[in-house]
Amino acid sequence: MSFTPLGDRKLLFVTGKGGVGKTTVAAALATVYSRAGKNVLLIGVDQRSDLGTMFGVENLSFEPTVVQPGLHLMVLETEASLREYLRLNLRIPIVTKLGPLAAALDFVATAAPGVREVLTVGKVCYEVRENHYDLVIVDSPATGHIVGYLSAPEAINSFVRVGLIRGQTDWMVDILRNPTLTGVVAVATPEEMPVIETGQLLERIQRETVAHVAAIVMNRMPDPVAFGDDLAAITSVLHGSNSSFIPSAATKDATSLALVRRSRAEEQFRILQSFTENRYPVITQPAVLVSEPSVMVQRIADALADEVL
Amino acid sequence: MQFREAIGDAAIVVTCGPGGIGKTTSAAAIAAALAAESSQRVLVLTVDPARRLADALGVEGIGNEPVDVVTSSGQLSVAMLDPQSSWDALIRRQAPDPETAERILRNVLYQNITRRFVQSHDYIAMERLFELVSMNRWDVIVVDTPPTRNALDFLDAPSRMADFFSSRFLKWLIAPTRSTVTTLAARPLMYIADRILGAAFLADITEFFLLLNSMYDGFVERARNVSAVLAREDTKFVVVSTSERIPVSEAAFFDEELRRRGLHVAGWLVNRLLPTSLLGGEVAAETRRLRAVQFDDIATARVRDVMCNLTDEWQQRARDEMDTVSALAQGSTPVFGARSAEGDIDTLAGVTRLGQQILESTEF
Repeated sequence: MSFTPLGDRKLLFVTGKGGVGKTTVAAALATVYSRAGKNVLLIGVDQRSDLGTMFGVENLSFEPTVVQPGLHLMVLETEASLREYLRLNLRIPIVTKLGPLAAALDFVATAAPGVREVLTVGKVCYEVRENHYDLVIVDSPATGHIVGYLSAPEAINSFVRVGLIRGQTDWMVDILRNPTLTGVVAVATPEEMPVIETGQLLERIQRETVAHVAAIVMNRMPDPVAFGDDLAAITSVLHGSNSSFIPSAATKDATSLALVRRSRAEEQFRILQSFTENRYPVITQPAVLVSEPSVMVQRIADALADEVL
Repeated sequence: MQFREAIGDAAIVVTCGPGGIGKTTSAAAIAAALAAESSQRVLVLTVDPARRLADALGVEGIGNEPVDVVTSSGQLSVAMLDPQSSWDALIRRQAPDPETAERILRNVLYQNITRRFVQSHDYIAMERLFELVSMNRWDVIVVDTPPTRNALDFLDAPSRMADFFSSRFLKWLIAPTRSTVTTLAARPLMYIADRILGAAFLADITEFFLLLNSMYDGFVERARNVSAVLAREDTKFVVVSTSERIPVSEAAFFDEELRRRGLHVAGWLVNRLLPTSLLGGEVAAETRRLRAVQFDDIATARVRDVMCNLTDEWQQRARDEMDTVSALAQGSTPVFGARSAEGDIDTLAGVTRLGQQILESTEF
């Protein structure tokens, strides 16, 4: 079954449980498509975002920085988003420093579901609508939060009955609900908890948001070592029932680790695949043994290119 | 120093760190081993147990109320944080009368805040801990903290809650007539808030906060008590990580933040360390020798090649891991390690063994 390439859309939300490499995958996808000639905007929703490290830049800001040809990088800031939102959508220009006002709005945002989220989603959708970029990729909040973001434009209408913001979010919903424009990319690793959480996420996206899942990336899949026909022979060497040679303790441990990890990973992969019901692809990404984040992103981009272009 | 010494006679052990690094398993393992070592009554309060872990502990469903786990020795109880029921219970307890409680529980804003906002989960986790501590039923409570974006947010939750209730903005919101003169600064906010959100919405918020305000004193006092419990000498924090997931810079950040808050850090626990066999000085030489052996049988040679390649690969990983751990150990906080093979936690005995291994682990 063939699926639309991820990058044919205009907007991708990359999400996943903490620690599965969500930010790295977002950065790698942005790299793949910018290398392929697209003009890409990569957005970090968190000011503490690691995206800068992945491209060797410091001090990211609300103003996009070009980090590679065709790859623009920015992080969202509450105050700047609010200022822009008010100016563009509600036509309220604010000249003074927002300071205490932003703090107070932050406060209201805690109580008023969706206000903070709608500022984020609003900015993201605005970039899609303005069409300055071929593709917008969002390094989104972790699973659990992403649903709140994706449903914010609708949620806010149920709380705000008359304010100006009402009706202001319909265009966002139109962008988010269109599967040819917007897709969610869920990142998982072949371990029990990330796979369980991904299953719950997929269900919630379908039930609670208008958005569609575009793909799952199974990150850090163990290398498909060619055990093949040798598996039985390897096992017998491990158990000492084949005395062709006697492996050292280190070799035994390394081989057992690889075997256990592989069989567990394959089991989790099958479980993950069963969630999709063939509606979207599961893209596998082998583990990359590099500790330097910027090198890792480029390597993963090399590997992902074949899968997503 | 051993991990057991670092914990000492703590009444509360808090495991913190980002998600996905075996934090819940570590908390359960430490609790099981503590219960097994003496006649201590131990409770583990978890936020998010893997199903396998619940199975291993022999409990069907773990809920908000502690249940006892059948062990061969010691007394182990387990409870899982259910944020919604904990919030509801808190509101019922703190509300001046049942009618106010019901009005709050039915409020749409209340339901959204308590269900969706991580900050509210952070707060209620600490609040629930305080509740359980007050019951005086356990000698040690091991707490697994929520995996927040900033894993330390939950520590500030009680004081943030107190700030929230005593903020000028809240007072101004719920007393609009009195405040018009005093808070000129808030006028542009009101103008904008009114234009964006509309008066009806502001009225909803106001009603909600008015109701909450009836519980102001109780809330602030409880928040203070919760903070005090966290800062006690016999509350020990354990920062859990794996060697691959946390850059050393983040480790320094954790240490600093915990200390800045005047909290007591027992140490770092690095999970899932690779077997020590991979670190032996002779490993590379052995692998070279094995590679040089001539086999007549092609299949055996192939098996040998695969296994030698795997040895090289995992040896490299083990070395990288040790570099990370050594760098961590340069800091002032002791670093401990657990070398559990995956799949060890399928039974209570396995969980307990892992815990014993953690307790006995020696500082790097």
